[in-house]
Amino acid sequence: MNLFEYIRPTSVAEAIAAAGEPGSAYLGAGTNLLDLMKGGVTSPNRLIDLTHLPDLGKIEQLPDGSMRIGALVKNAALAHDTAFSKAYPAVAEALLSGASAQLRNAATVGGNLMQRTRCAYFADPASACNKREPGSGCDAIGGENRHHAILGWSESCIATHPSDFCVALTALDATIEIEGAGGRREVPITDFYLLPGDTPHEETVLEAGEIIVAIKLPANAAGFAGHQRYLKVRERTSYAFALVSAAAALEIENGTITEARLALGGVAMKPWRSAAAEAALAGLSPTREAFEKAAEAAFADARPSGENAYKIELGKRVVARALAMAAAGTPERMPALPASPFASDTGAIAHV
Amino acid sequence: MNLSLTLTINGETREIVLDDPRVTLLDLLRERLGLTGAKKGCDRGQCGACTILVDGQRINSCLALAISYHGSSITTVEGLAQGGTLHPVQQAFIDHDGFQCGFCTPGQVMSAVGLIAEGQTGDDPERVREAMSGNICRCGAYMGITEAVIEARGKMSETKPEKAA
Repeated sequence: MNLFEYIRPTSVAEAIAAAGEPGSAYLGAGTNLLDLMKGGVTSPNRLIDLTHLPDLGKIEQLPDGSMRIGALVKNAALAHDTAFSKAYPAVAEALLSGASAQLRNAATVGGNLMQRTRCAYFADPASACNKREPGSGCDAIGGENRHHAILGWSESCIATHPSDFCVALTALDATIEIEGAGGRREVPITDFYLLPGDTPHEETVLEAGEIIVAIKLPANAAGFAGHQRYLKVRERTSYAFALVSAAAALEIENGTITEARLALGGVAMKPWRSAAAEAALAGLSPTREAFEKAAEAAFADARPSGENAYKIELGKRVVARALAMAAAGTPERMPALPASPFASDTGAIAHV
Repeated sequence: MNLSLTLTINGETREIVLDDPRVTLLDLLRERLGLTGAKKGCDRGQCGACTILVDGQRINSCLALAISYHGSSITTVEGLAQGGTLHPVQQAFIDHDGFQCGFCTPGQVMSAVGLIAEGQTGDDPERVREAMSGNICRCGAYMGITEAVIEARGKMSETKPEKAA
Protein backbone atom coordinates (compact mmCIF):
# COMPACT_ATOMS: atom_id res chain seq x y z
CA MET A 1 0.00 0.00 0.00
CA ASN A 2 1.29 3.48 -0.86
CA LEU A 3 1.80 6.11 1.82
CA PHE A 4 -0.97 8.71 2.01
CA GLU A 5 -1.96 11.73 3.98
CA TYR A 6 -4.91 11.20 6.32
CA ILE A 7 -7.51 13.96 6.67
CA ARG A 8 -10.50 13.88 9.03
CA PRO A 9 -12.91 16.69 8.12
CA THR A 10 -15.67 17.70 10.52
CA SER A 11 -18.23 18.85 7.95
CA VAL A 12 -19.30 17.90 4.43
CA ALA A 13 -18.18 21.32 3.18
CA GLU A 14 -14.73 20.80 4.71
CA ALA A 15 -14.51 17.36 3.10
CA ILE A 16 -15.43 18.72 -0.32
CA ALA A 17 -12.82 21.49 0.02
CA ALA A 18 -10.17 18.94 1.04
CA ALA A 19 -10.98 16.81 -2.01
CA GLY A 20 -9.96 19.70 -4.26
CA GLU A 21 -6.34 18.49 -4.03
CA PRO A 22 -5.48 16.09 -6.86
CA GLY A 23 -5.02 12.44 -5.86
CA SER A 24 -7.58 12.62 -3.04
CA ALA A 25 -10.02 9.82 -2.30
CA TYR A 26 -12.92 9.62 0.11
CA LEU A 27 -12.76 6.93 2.78
CA GLY A 28 -15.92 5.27 4.08
CA ALA A 29 -15.44 2.02 6.00
CA GLY A 30 -12.67 1.16 3.53
CA THR A 31 -13.78 -2.44 3.04
CA ASN A 32 -13.32 -2.07 -0.72
CA LEU A 33 -10.85 0.82 -0.90
CA LEU A 34 -8.26 -0.67 1.49
CA ASP A 35 -8.48 -3.99 -0.35
CA LEU A 36 -7.75 -2.20 -3.64
CA MET A 37 -4.93 -0.17 -2.09
CA LYS A 38 -3.34 -3.32 -0.64
CA GLY A 39 -3.41 -4.80 -4.13
CA GLY A 40 -1.87 -1.72 -5.71
CA VAL A 41 -4.98 -1.22 -7.86
CA THR A 42 -5.46 2.32 -6.64
CA SER A 43 -3.02 4.55 -4.79
CA PRO A 44 -4.50 7.86 -3.59
CA ASN A 45 -2.17 10.47 -2.08
CA ARG A 46 -4.75 11.61 0.44
CA LEU A 47 -7.58 9.82 2.19
CA ILE A 48 -10.40 12.04 3.37
CA ASP A 49 -12.20 10.14 6.12
CA LEU A 50 -15.96 10.69 5.89
CA THR A 51 -16.88 8.38 8.77
CA HIS A 52 -16.76 11.07 11.45
CA LEU A 53 -19.07 13.48 9.61
CA PRO A 54 -22.22 14.32 11.57
CA ASP A 55 -25.82 13.76 10.37
CA LEU A 56 -25.09 11.16 7.67
CA GLY A 57 -26.00 8.13 9.76
CA LYS A 58 -29.78 8.38 10.02
CA ILE A 59 -32.66 6.39 8.52
CA GLU A 60 -35.63 8.75 8.31
CA GLN A 61 -39.20 8.60 7.09
CA LEU A 62 -39.90 11.91 5.32
CA PRO A 63 -43.31 13.67 5.50
CA ASP A 64 -44.18 12.53 1.95
CA GLY A 65 -43.73 8.89 3.01
CA SER A 66 -40.41 8.38 1.25
CA MET A 67 -37.45 7.07 3.17
CA ARG A 68 -34.06 8.75 3.37
CA ILE A 69 -30.97 6.75 4.28
CA GLY A 70 -27.84 8.62 5.30
CA ALA A 71 -24.73 7.61 3.36
CA LEU A 72 -22.93 6.42 6.51
CA VAL A 73 -25.66 3.97 7.57
CA LYS A 74 -24.13 0.51 7.72
CA ASN A 75 -25.43 -2.17 5.35
CA ALA A 76 -26.42 -4.45 8.26
CA ALA A 77 -28.14 -1.65 10.19
CA LEU A 78 -30.30 -0.82 7.18
CA ALA A 79 -31.20 -4.45 6.45
CA HIS A 80 -32.28 -4.99 10.06
CA ASP A 81 -34.16 -1.70 10.45
CA THR A 82 -37.73 -2.87 11.04
CA ALA A 83 -39.56 -0.04 9.28
CA PHE A 84 -37.20 -0.15 6.33
CA SER A 85 -37.25 -3.90 5.79
CA LYS A 86 -41.04 -3.89 6.01
CA ALA A 87 -41.42 -1.21 3.34
CA TYR A 88 -38.62 -2.40 1.05
CA PRO A 89 -38.10 -6.10 1.80
CA ALA A 90 -36.27 -6.89 -1.47
CA VAL A 91 -33.68 -4.23 -0.62
CA ALA A 92 -33.14 -5.83 2.79
CA GLU A 93 -32.90 -9.26 1.18
CA ALA A 94 -30.37 -7.97 -1.37
CA LEU A 95 -28.27 -6.42 1.40
CA LEU A 96 -28.27 -9.64 3.41
CA SER A 97 -27.26 -11.69 0.38
CA GLY A 98 -24.11 -9.60 -0.07
CA ALA A 99 -20.66 -10.12 1.46
CA SER A 100 -20.40 -11.48 5.03
CA ALA A 101 -21.86 -10.39 8.36
CA GLN A 102 -18.54 -8.73 9.26
CA LEU A 103 -18.40 -6.73 6.03
CA ARG A 104 -22.07 -5.74 6.26
CA ASN A 105 -21.46 -4.43 9.79
CA ALA A 106 -18.61 -2.21 8.60
CA ALA A 107 -19.56 -1.19 5.07
CA THR A 108 -21.63 1.94 4.50
CA VAL A 109 -24.50 2.28 2.02
CA GLY A 110 -22.72 5.15 0.27
CA GLY A 111 -19.66 2.95 -0.12
CA ASN A 112 -21.80 0.14 -1.48
CA LEU A 113 -22.87 2.45 -4.31
CA MET A 114 -19.24 3.33 -5.02
CA GLN A 115 -17.70 -0.15 -4.92
CA ARG A 116 -15.54 -1.11 -7.85
CA THR A 117 -15.89 -4.04 -10.22
CA ARG A 118 -14.64 -7.46 -9.14
CA CYS A 119 -13.16 -8.14 -12.61
CA ALA A 120 -9.96 -10.09 -11.88
CA TYR A 121 -8.03 -8.14 -14.52
CA PHE A 122 -9.00 -4.83 -12.92
CA ALA A 123 -7.71 -6.22 -9.60
CA ASP A 124 -4.38 -7.33 -11.10
CA PRO A 125 -2.02 -4.43 -11.82
CA ALA A 126 0.03 -6.69 -14.13
CA SER A 127 -2.94 -7.04 -16.52
CA ALA A 128 -4.15 -4.58 -19.14
CA CYS A 129 -7.29 -2.77 -17.98
CA ASN A 130 -8.83 0.31 -19.58
CA LYS A 131 -10.70 1.04 -16.37
CA ARG A 132 -7.60 1.02 -14.17
CA GLU A 133 -5.27 2.48 -16.79
CA PRO A 134 -7.10 4.15 -19.68
CA GLY A 135 -5.81 3.08 -23.07
CA SER A 136 -3.94 0.03 -21.83
CA GLY A 137 -6.40 -2.49 -23.31
CA CYS A 138 -8.60 -5.17 -21.81
CA ASP A 139 -7.18 -8.56 -20.87
CA ALA A 140 -10.64 -9.80 -19.89
CA ILE A 141 -11.56 -9.86 -23.58
CA GLY A 142 -10.30 -13.26 -24.71
CA GLY A 143 -9.32 -14.10 -21.12
CA GLU A 144 -11.09 -15.78 -18.22
CA ASN A 145 -14.42 -14.06 -18.65
CA ARG A 146 -17.15 -16.42 -17.49
CA HIS A 147 -18.25 -13.80 -14.95
CA HIS A 148 -18.35 -10.87 -17.34
CA ALA A 149 -21.05 -8.72 -18.89
CA ILE A 150 -23.71 -9.74 -21.39
CA LEU A 151 -25.47 -6.36 -21.60
CA GLY A 152 -24.14 -2.85 -22.19
CA TRP A 153 -20.50 -3.87 -22.61
CA SER A 154 -18.06 -2.38 -25.11
CA GLU A 155 -14.84 -3.37 -26.86
CA SER A 156 -13.05 -1.38 -24.12
CA CYS A 157 -14.53 -3.10 -21.06
CA ILE A 158 -16.68 -6.12 -20.26
CA ALA A 159 -16.66 -5.80 -16.45
CA THR A 160 -19.79 -5.96 -14.27
CA HIS A 161 -20.99 -3.95 -11.30
CA PRO A 162 -20.84 -6.16 -8.19
CA SER A 163 -23.53 -4.68 -5.92
CA ASP A 164 -26.69 -6.50 -4.83
CA PHE A 165 -28.12 -3.53 -2.91
CA CYS A 166 -28.00 -1.28 -5.98
CA VAL A 167 -29.97 -3.79 -8.06
CA ALA A 168 -32.90 -3.68 -5.65
CA LEU A 169 -32.57 0.13 -5.38
CA THR A 170 -32.72 0.35 -9.17
CA ALA A 171 -35.89 -1.74 -9.36
CA LEU A 172 -37.56 0.56 -6.83
CA ASP A 173 -36.57 3.90 -8.38
CA ALA A 174 -34.19 5.09 -5.68
CA THR A 175 -32.58 8.51 -6.02
CA ILE A 176 -29.16 9.55 -4.82
CA GLU A 177 -28.58 12.80 -2.98
CA ILE A 178 -25.22 14.31 -3.83
CA GLU A 179 -23.41 17.31 -2.39
CA GLY A 180 -20.60 19.17 -4.13
CA ALA A 181 -19.00 22.60 -4.20
CA GLY A 182 -22.04 23.82 -6.15
CA GLY A 183 -24.62 22.60 -3.62
CA ARG A 184 -26.92 19.59 -3.45
CA ARG A 185 -28.55 17.69 -6.31
CA GLU A 186 -30.51 14.48 -6.72
CA VAL A 187 -29.91 11.88 -9.40
CA PRO A 188 -32.10 8.83 -10.09
CA ILE A 189 -30.01 5.70 -9.56
CA THR A 190 -30.94 4.63 -13.10
CA ASP A 191 -28.91 7.65 -14.34
CA PHE A 192 -26.11 7.44 -11.76
CA TYR A 193 -23.93 4.78 -13.40
CA LEU A 194 -22.28 5.13 -16.80
CA LEU A 195 -21.86 2.29 -19.27
CA PRO A 196 -18.22 1.76 -20.31
CA GLY A 197 -18.29 2.87 -23.96
CA ASP A 198 -14.84 4.23 -24.82
CA THR A 199 -14.30 5.61 -21.32
CA PRO A 200 -14.64 2.72 -18.84
CA HIS A 201 -12.64 4.65 -16.22
CA GLU A 202 -15.62 6.99 -15.90
CA GLU A 203 -18.11 5.04 -13.82
CA THR A 204 -20.65 7.46 -12.35
CA VAL A 205 -22.01 10.96 -12.91
CA LEU A 206 -20.24 12.22 -9.76
CA GLU A 207 -18.13 15.29 -10.45
CA ALA A 208 -14.73 15.66 -8.78
CA GLY A 209 -15.21 16.28 -5.06
CA GLU A 210 -18.89 15.38 -4.95
CA ILE A 211 -20.07 13.22 -2.04
CA ILE A 212 -23.07 10.92 -1.78
CA VAL A 213 -24.92 12.13 1.31
CA ALA A 214 -28.08 10.03 1.18
CA ILE A 215 -30.19 7.54 -0.74
CA LYS A 216 -33.94 8.05 -1.05
CA LEU A 217 -36.62 5.49 -1.75
CA PRO A 218 -39.95 6.88 -2.94
CA ALA A 219 -43.12 6.27 -0.93
CA ASN A 220 -44.84 4.55 -3.87
CA ALA A 221 -42.15 1.85 -3.93
CA ALA A 222 -43.63 0.59 -0.68
CA GLY A 223 -46.75 -0.31 -2.70
CA PHE A 224 -44.80 -3.33 -3.93
CA ALA A 225 -43.92 -4.45 -0.41
CA GLY A 226 -46.22 -7.49 -0.50
CA HIS A 227 -44.70 -8.86 -3.70
CA GLN A 228 -41.00 -8.23 -3.96
CA ARG A 229 -37.99 -10.50 -3.91
CA TYR A 230 -34.29 -10.53 -4.69
CA LEU A 231 -32.83 -13.70 -6.19
CA LYS A 232 -29.10 -14.23 -6.64
CA VAL A 233 -27.37 -17.18 -8.27
CA ARG A 234 -23.75 -17.52 -7.22
CA GLU A 235 -21.06 -20.19 -7.21
CA ARG A 236 -21.53 -21.00 -3.52
CA THR A 237 -24.52 -20.62 -1.24
CA SER A 238 -23.21 -17.66 0.73
CA TYR A 239 -20.50 -14.99 0.66
CA ALA A 240 -20.06 -14.79 -3.11
CA PHE A 241 -20.79 -12.23 -5.82
CA ALA A 242 -23.71 -12.77 -8.19
CA LEU A 243 -23.34 -14.58 -11.49
CA VAL A 244 -26.79 -13.24 -12.27
CA SER A 245 -29.30 -11.71 -9.88
CA ALA A 246 -32.72 -10.11 -10.18
CA ALA A 247 -34.86 -7.81 -8.07
CA ALA A 248 -38.52 -8.28 -8.93
CA ALA A 249 -41.50 -6.34 -7.60
CA LEU A 250 -45.14 -6.67 -8.59
CA GLU A 251 -48.41 -4.91 -7.91
CA ILE A 252 -51.19 -7.43 -8.33
CA GLU A 253 -54.88 -6.46 -8.25
CA ASN A 254 -57.69 -8.98 -8.72
CA GLY A 255 -55.30 -11.52 -10.22
CA THR A 256 -53.77 -9.09 -12.72
CA ILE A 257 -50.32 -7.47 -12.68
CA THR A 258 -50.94 -3.72 -12.69
CA GLU A 259 -47.29 -2.74 -12.43
CA ALA A 260 -44.01 -4.63 -12.51
CA ARG A 261 -40.43 -3.70 -11.68
CA LEU A 262 -37.38 -5.66 -12.70
CA ALA A 263 -33.65 -4.98 -12.37
CA LEU A 264 -30.74 -7.33 -13.02
CA GLY A 265 -27.34 -7.71 -11.38
CA GLY A 266 -24.13 -9.36 -12.55
CA VAL A 267 -24.92 -8.72 -16.21
CA ALA A 268 -23.60 -5.20 -16.91
CA MET A 269 -21.43 -2.39 -15.54
CA LYS A 270 -24.58 -0.92 -14.02
CA PRO A 271 -27.59 -2.41 -12.26
CA TRP A 272 -29.77 -3.16 -15.30
CA ARG A 273 -33.38 -2.01 -15.26
CA SER A 274 -35.52 -3.75 -17.85
CA ALA A 275 -38.34 -1.52 -19.04
CA ALA A 276 -39.16 -4.07 -21.77
CA ALA A 277 -39.77 -6.83 -19.24
CA GLU A 278 -41.86 -4.52 -17.08
CA ALA A 279 -44.01 -3.50 -20.05
CA ALA A 280 -44.43 -7.13 -21.08
CA LEU A 281 -45.94 -7.99 -17.69
CA ALA A 282 -48.45 -5.17 -17.27
CA GLY A 283 -52.03 -6.40 -17.56
CA LEU A 284 -51.14 -10.10 -17.51
CA SER A 285 -52.01 -12.73 -14.95
CA PRO A 286 -49.02 -13.71 -12.80
CA THR A 287 -48.36 -17.03 -14.53
CA ARG A 288 -45.24 -18.91 -15.53
CA GLU A 289 -45.94 -18.06 -19.20
CA ALA A 290 -46.04 -14.35 -18.38
CA PHE A 291 -42.80 -14.55 -16.41
CA GLU A 292 -41.03 -16.43 -19.20
CA LYS A 293 -42.23 -13.83 -21.69
CA ALA A 294 -40.81 -11.08 -19.47
CA ALA A 295 -37.54 -13.00 -19.17
CA GLU A 296 -37.22 -13.21 -22.96
CA ALA A 297 -37.83 -9.45 -23.18
CA ALA A 298 -35.22 -8.71 -20.48
CA PHE A 299 -32.47 -10.50 -22.40
CA ALA A 300 -33.52 -9.67 -25.98
CA ASP A 301 -30.44 -7.49 -26.46
CA ALA A 302 -28.00 -9.67 -24.50
CA ARG A 303 -24.91 -11.05 -26.21
CA PRO A 304 -21.93 -12.89 -24.76
CA SER A 305 -18.66 -10.99 -24.27
CA GLY A 306 -16.67 -14.24 -24.09
CA GLU A 307 -17.19 -17.60 -22.41
CA ASN A 308 -20.40 -16.40 -20.82
CA ALA A 309 -23.28 -17.19 -23.16
CA TYR A 310 -24.61 -19.39 -20.34
CA LYS A 311 -25.49 -16.22 -18.44
CA ILE A 312 -28.21 -15.39 -20.96
CA GLU A 313 -30.11 -18.63 -20.37
CA LEU A 314 -29.33 -18.52 -16.66
CA GLY A 315 -30.52 -14.91 -16.51
CA LYS A 316 -33.86 -15.76 -18.13
CA ARG A 317 -34.42 -18.50 -15.57
CA VAL A 318 -33.41 -16.21 -12.70
CA VAL A 319 -35.89 -13.59 -13.91
CA ALA A 320 -38.74 -16.07 -14.27
CA ARG A 321 -37.99 -17.53 -10.83
CA ALA A 322 -37.65 -14.11 -9.16
CA LEU A 323 -40.98 -13.00 -10.61
CA ALA A 324 -42.66 -16.23 -9.48
CA MET A 325 -41.22 -15.73 -5.99
CA ALA A 326 -42.45 -12.13 -5.94
CA ALA A 327 -45.92 -13.22 -7.10
CA ALA A 328 -46.04 -15.83 -4.34
CA GLY A 329 -45.63 -12.99 -1.86
CA THR A 330 -42.89 -11.52 0.31
CA PRO A 331 -42.13 -14.05 3.06
CA GLU A 332 -43.12 -13.00 6.56
CA ARG A 333 -39.59 -13.55 7.83
CA MET A 334 -36.31 -13.08 6.01
CA PRO A 335 -35.38 -16.49 4.52
CA ALA A 336 -32.56 -18.35 6.27
CA LEU A 337 -30.55 -18.06 3.06
CA PRO A 338 -31.44 -14.60 1.72
CA ALA A 339 -31.91 -14.43 -2.07
CA SER A 340 -30.81 -18.02 -2.49
CA PRO A 341 -32.43 -20.37 -5.01
CA PHE A 342 -31.81 -23.07 -2.40
CA ALA A 343 -34.01 -21.41 0.23
CA SER A 344 -36.58 -23.88 1.47
CA ASP A 345 -39.58 -21.66 0.65
CA THR A 346 -38.92 -22.05 -3.08
CA GLY A 347 -39.62 -25.77 -2.78
CA ALA A 348 -35.98 -26.54 -3.53
CA ILE A 349 -33.75 -28.69 -1.35
CA ALA A 350 -33.25 -27.25 2.11
CA HIS A 351 -29.48 -27.17 2.12
CA VAL A 352 -26.55 -27.78 -0.17
CA MET B 1 -0.56 14.94 10.20
CA ASN B 2 -2.01 14.08 13.59
CA LEU B 3 -1.97 10.32 13.98
CA SER B 4 -3.04 10.07 17.60
CA LEU B 5 -6.18 8.23 18.63
CA THR B 6 -8.04 7.00 21.66
CA LEU B 7 -9.35 3.46 21.78
CA THR B 8 -10.94 1.45 24.55
CA ILE B 9 -9.50 -2.03 24.18
CA ASN B 10 -10.99 -4.83 26.28
CA GLY B 11 -12.22 -2.23 28.75
CA GLU B 12 -8.99 -0.29 29.05
CA THR B 13 -8.69 3.18 27.53
CA ARG B 14 -5.50 3.59 25.49
CA GLU B 15 -3.96 6.73 24.00
CA ILE B 16 -2.13 5.65 20.87
CA VAL B 17 0.15 7.55 18.53
CA LEU B 18 0.64 5.84 15.19
CA ASP B 19 3.89 6.01 13.26
CA ASP B 20 2.11 5.44 9.94
CA PRO B 21 -1.45 6.11 8.69
CA ARG B 22 -1.55 2.75 6.90
CA VAL B 23 -1.77 0.73 10.11
CA THR B 24 -4.93 -1.38 10.24
CA LEU B 25 -6.69 -2.28 13.47
CA LEU B 26 -5.33 -5.80 13.00
CA ASP B 27 -1.72 -4.63 12.71
CA LEU B 28 -2.17 -2.23 15.60
CA LEU B 29 -3.43 -5.01 17.86
CA ARG B 30 -0.91 -7.63 16.79
CA GLU B 31 2.27 -5.69 16.04
CA ARG B 32 2.06 -2.71 18.37
CA LEU B 33 -0.12 -3.70 21.34
CA GLY B 34 0.89 -7.34 21.72
CA LEU B 35 -2.65 -8.65 21.30
CA THR B 36 -2.01 -11.51 18.89
CA GLY B 37 -5.35 -13.28 19.33
CA ALA B 38 -6.81 -11.82 16.14
CA LYS B 39 -5.08 -13.62 13.27
CA LYS B 40 -3.89 -12.42 9.89
CA GLY B 41 -5.13 -15.01 7.42
CA CYS B 42 -5.82 -13.40 4.06
CA ASP B 43 -5.47 -9.73 5.13
CA ARG B 44 -8.16 -8.94 2.50
CA GLY B 45 -11.48 -9.48 4.26
CA GLN B 46 -12.10 -12.91 2.86
CA CYS B 47 -11.32 -15.37 5.69
CA GLY B 48 -12.60 -13.81 8.94
CA ALA B 49 -9.58 -14.86 11.07
CA CYS B 50 -9.10 -11.21 12.10
CA THR B 51 -12.67 -10.72 13.38
CA ILE B 52 -13.00 -8.42 16.41
CA LEU B 53 -15.87 -6.44 17.91
CA VAL B 54 -15.96 -2.68 17.39
CA ASP B 55 -18.64 -1.02 19.52
CA GLY B 56 -20.16 -4.47 19.91
CA GLN B 57 -20.30 -5.22 16.17
CA ARG B 58 -18.12 -7.89 14.55
CA ILE B 59 -15.93 -6.61 11.71
CA ASN B 60 -12.81 -7.64 9.78
CA SER B 61 -9.97 -5.76 11.48
CA CYS B 62 -7.71 -6.23 8.43
CA LEU B 63 -9.88 -3.87 6.36
CA ALA B 64 -10.20 -1.24 9.08
CA LEU B 65 -7.81 1.70 9.10
CA ALA B 66 -6.92 2.16 12.79
CA ILE B 67 -6.79 5.96 12.66
CA SER B 68 -10.36 6.06 11.37
CA TYR B 69 -11.61 4.21 14.47
CA HIS B 70 -10.66 7.00 16.91
CA GLY B 71 -13.08 6.91 19.85
CA SER B 72 -14.17 3.30 19.36
CA SER B 73 -14.45 0.49 21.87
CA ILE B 74 -12.80 -2.75 20.82
CA THR B 75 -13.14 -6.29 22.12
CA THR B 76 -10.68 -8.98 21.11
CA VAL B 77 -10.59 -12.64 22.05
CA GLU B 78 -8.23 -11.71 24.90
CA GLY B 79 -11.05 -9.72 26.47
CA LEU B 80 -13.66 -12.49 26.61
CA ALA B 81 -12.72 -14.65 29.60
CA GLN B 82 -13.58 -13.29 33.06
CA GLY B 83 -10.73 -14.14 35.41
CA GLY B 84 -10.25 -17.88 35.08
CA THR B 85 -13.70 -18.50 33.57
CA LEU B 86 -14.01 -18.87 29.82
CA HIS B 87 -16.72 -17.04 27.92
CA PRO B 88 -19.66 -19.39 27.14
CA VAL B 89 -18.72 -19.31 23.43
CA GLN B 90 -15.12 -20.30 24.18
CA GLN B 91 -16.29 -23.15 26.43
CA ALA B 92 -18.79 -24.34 23.82
CA PHE B 93 -16.07 -24.47 21.12
CA ILE B 94 -14.04 -26.77 23.43
CA ASP B 95 -17.06 -28.91 24.31
CA HIS B 96 -18.07 -29.39 20.66
CA ASP B 97 -14.61 -29.73 19.05
CA GLY B 98 -15.24 -26.50 17.14
CA PHE B 99 -11.67 -26.43 15.81
CA GLN B 100 -8.74 -28.53 14.73
CA CYS B 101 -5.60 -26.47 14.08
CA GLY B 102 -7.02 -23.46 15.90
CA PHE B 103 -5.83 -20.70 13.58
CA CYS B 104 -9.29 -19.49 12.62
CA THR B 105 -10.68 -20.03 16.12
CA PRO B 106 -10.27 -16.54 17.65
CA GLY B 107 -12.06 -15.12 14.61
CA GLN B 108 -14.75 -17.79 14.76
CA VAL B 109 -15.28 -17.16 18.48
CA MET B 110 -15.49 -13.37 18.07
CA SER B 111 -17.83 -13.78 15.12
CA ALA B 112 -20.05 -16.09 17.17
CA VAL B 113 -20.14 -13.58 20.05
CA GLY B 114 -21.19 -10.89 17.56
CA LEU B 115 -23.77 -13.18 15.97
CA ILE B 116 -25.40 -13.98 19.30
CA ALA B 117 -25.64 -10.28 20.16
CA GLU B 118 -27.25 -9.57 16.76
CA GLY B 119 -30.07 -11.95 17.70
CA GLN B 120 -31.09 -12.90 14.16
CA THR B 121 -30.52 -16.65 13.96
CA GLY B 122 -32.40 -18.30 16.82
CA ASP B 123 -31.26 -21.91 17.09
CA ASP B 124 -31.76 -22.66 13.38
CA PRO B 125 -28.51 -24.28 12.14
CA GLU B 126 -29.17 -22.99 8.60
CA ARG B 127 -29.33 -19.40 9.86
CA VAL B 128 -26.24 -19.93 12.02
CA ARG B 129 -24.24 -21.32 9.09
CA GLU B 130 -25.34 -18.41 6.89
CA ALA B 131 -24.44 -15.86 9.58
CA MET B 132 -21.02 -17.50 10.09
CA SER B 133 -20.18 -17.65 6.36
CA GLY B 134 -17.60 -14.86 6.74
CA ASN B 135 -15.37 -17.19 8.77
CA ILE B 136 -13.50 -19.83 6.81
CA CYS B 137 -12.18 -22.97 8.58
CA ARG B 138 -9.70 -24.80 6.39
CA CYS B 139 -9.77 -27.84 8.72
CA GLY B 140 -13.50 -28.09 8.12
CA ALA B 141 -14.68 -28.00 11.73
CA TYR B 142 -17.95 -26.43 10.66
CA MET B 143 -20.20 -29.05 12.23
CA GLY B 144 -18.68 -28.53 15.69
CA ILE B 145 -18.65 -24.76 15.19
CA THR B 146 -22.36 -24.68 14.36
CA GLU B 147 -23.18 -26.86 17.38
CA ALA B 148 -21.03 -24.66 19.63
CA VAL B 149 -22.71 -21.45 18.47
CA ILE B 150 -26.17 -22.90 19.02
CA GLU B 151 -25.32 -24.20 22.48
CA ALA B 152 -23.63 -20.98 23.60
CA ARG B 153 -26.56 -18.93 22.32
CA GLY B 154 -28.93 -21.11 24.31
CA LYS B 155 -26.89 -20.78 27.49
CA MET B 156 -26.48 -17.03 27.10
CA SER B 157 -30.18 -16.45 26.40
CA GLU B 158 -31.03 -18.24 29.66
CA THR B 159 -29.36 -15.39 31.48
CA LYS B 160 -30.12 -12.60 29.00
CA PRO B 161 -33.26 -12.72 26.82
CA GLU B 162 -32.49 -12.42 23.11
CA LYS B 163 -34.23 -9.68 21.21
CA ALA B 164 -36.87 -10.96 18.82
CA ALA B 165 -35.37 -12.07 15.50
